[in-house]
Amino acid sequence: MLSVKNLSVAFGGVQALKLDQFDLKENELRVVIGPNGAGKSTFMDIICGKTKPDEGSILFKGEELIGRSEVKITEMGVGRKFQKPTVFTGLSVFDNMLLGLKVKKDIISTFFYKTKKEHLDKIHEIALKVGLQDDLDKIAGSLSHGKKQWLEIAIVLLQDPELMLIDEPAAGMSDSEAEKTGNLLCELSNSHSVIVIEHDMKFVEQIAIDQVSVLVRGSILTQGTFQEVKNDQQVIDCYLGAPDSAQAQRSA
Amino acid sequence: MKTLIQKKYHLVFIGLFLILMPLGNLLGFVETNTMTLWGRYFCFAIAAIGIDLIWGYTGVLSMTQAFFFCLGAYGIGMYMTLSNLPDGHQLPAFMEWNQVTELPAFWAPFSSFPLAFILSLLVPALFSLIFGFFVFRSRIQGVYFAIITQALALAMFLLFSRNETMLGGTNGLTDFKYLLGFDLRETSTKLGLYFLSFIVLCLIYIYSSFLTKSKFGKGLVAIRDSESRMRFTGYGVSAYKITIFMIGSVIAAIGGMLYLPQTGIITPGRMDVQASIEMIVWVALGGRSNLKGAVLGAIVVNLLYSIFTSILPGGWLYVLGGLFVITVLYLDKGMIGLFQQIQDYIKTFFASNKNKNEEEMENEVINVSA
Repeated sequence: MLSVKNLSVAFGGVQALKLDQFDLKENELRVVIGPNGAGKSTFMDIICGKTKPDEGSILFKGEELIGRSEVKITEMGVGRKFQKPTVFTGLSVFDNMLLGLKVKKDIISTFFYKTKKEHLDKIHEIALKVGLQDDLDKIAGSLSHGKKQWLEIAIVLLQDPELMLIDEPAAGMSDSEAEKTGNLLCELSNSHSVIVIEHDMKFVEQIAIDQVSVLVRGSILTQGTFQEVKNDQQVIDCYLGAPDSAQAQRSA
Repeated sequence: MKTLIQKKYHLVFIGLFLILMPLGNLLGFVETNTMTLWGRYFCFAIAAIGIDLIWGYTGVLSMTQAFFFCLGAYGIGMYMTLSNLPDGHQLPAFMEWNQVTELPAFWAPFSSFPLAFILSLLVPALFSLIFGFFVFRSRIQGVYFAIITQALALAMFLLFSRNETMLGGTNGLTDFKYLLGFDLRETSTKLGLYFLSFIVLCLIYIYSSFLTKSKFGKGLVAIRDSESRMRFTGYGVSAYKITIFMIGSVIAAIGGMLYLPQTGIITPGRMDVQASIEMIVWVALGGRSNLKGAVLGAIVVNLLYSIFTSILPGGWLYVLGGLFVITVLYLDKGMIGLFQQIQDYIKTFFASNKNKNEEEMENEVINVSA
């Protein structure tokens, strides 16, 4: 599905990321954890075309992603959810989702777009999935933080991506919201490949149904199931050694 | 209910300017020159709609819209200059003064009205396309875009001010008597231009409101709210920005084309940096990302300008500045937002009164049953 090789990027002489190998299987849910500044978000930025790497290769379904535009990569089936909930605050929830819908997105098609029944059904289906079915008429800017996160996931989902890159979905959420988000992610991994970046270990435990990768100073330190990673001495030293601080970050 | 109220605004607008004003003119209450003045306001309102599409809806602050307005005006102006040449003259007077012996090649197409008409639209369209292509493709955003467009406005002002440009220099183009055989001094021609400006304003308003309600229009708002989210949702943001920049610029040019015959003169002074900023101020005062606001802002500011420059000539800039400060401080949705606030206030006032009455009635019922 996704195969990353020898990826490296430096910002102003500081090596931000140096990944020798990173592979993702179809319909796998991979959680990437790691301390601040480990290069997690940079990794996602590179996959979705936001940041250009110095060298390396990323094969997605056998096709090279590096060098392609964000729009092209999105069209190929890579969906990105940002760390900070990013929705179109001036539009209604429905319109936000309408823009996400996988239809032709060039100017002419958008200009003459007519809402079709199957599009409405799709939007309602996804709205139900993320729990926004009662908020469709609301202005997105008026939603709570958690609902904005779900809305952004919905926008990404409506693009019908094969690979979803989800950056800290539970940040700033209440426990019940985080649990709901976790269930949603697990459900998504039945039909999508998903990479989730996360800080909060409680949340990681919930969604780590497959493998967990630990990213430290730009490289993969180790990889395995949640239990393996949790008991890995290296990981404990470098990341889990301070679970309290991770907790504090989430509630902040 | 809401649509009814909105329609009511439209009806008031149309009734006032299409029926009452002309009727007043017919009965002698409204001078013909006042009608022409309002015709000019409509031209400014047209340009303001273009700015609202670019700035209010898409969030791209273009400070060069007065230049596009002038491109339209100069296009029609060149045609009128050539078609109004005095007998025995082959060249416009300003060229003769500059010892030019032959009409410059780029003037030639403007001797025919259809060509001049098409070029007045095509030149701004192509200019904004090429400019937009380079600027938006390099992802120049926000304040940087504003600065670049301001520099463009200044550069064009300087270019058009030069005699060598063959566009009349700082004196611009003037001294027109006829347009397509109609005498511009005739009342009927003046009224005709008034109606034409009004109808074009209405058509552009309808077109723009259709545009903003379409998925394309929602995409524009989405670009304003989060450009990167839009990109990662699969939209070629640059193409959208170029398109709306072109549409807004052509709309500005249409305003300019109608403006010229009603003013009788176009000079580079209309396209200097200040002129573009004033246009932005109209939209800001009226209410951005609201087409009604743009129209209202353009008309009200220009009306106030006419009033204040005659009763308080030195004070106009203070008035404008004061209005701008008040708007920025207290009316983030502009004048149109103020209207809506008042409306909401009245509505909630009546609603609470109604509730009170109902409560009282209920109390009475309780009293009676007790």
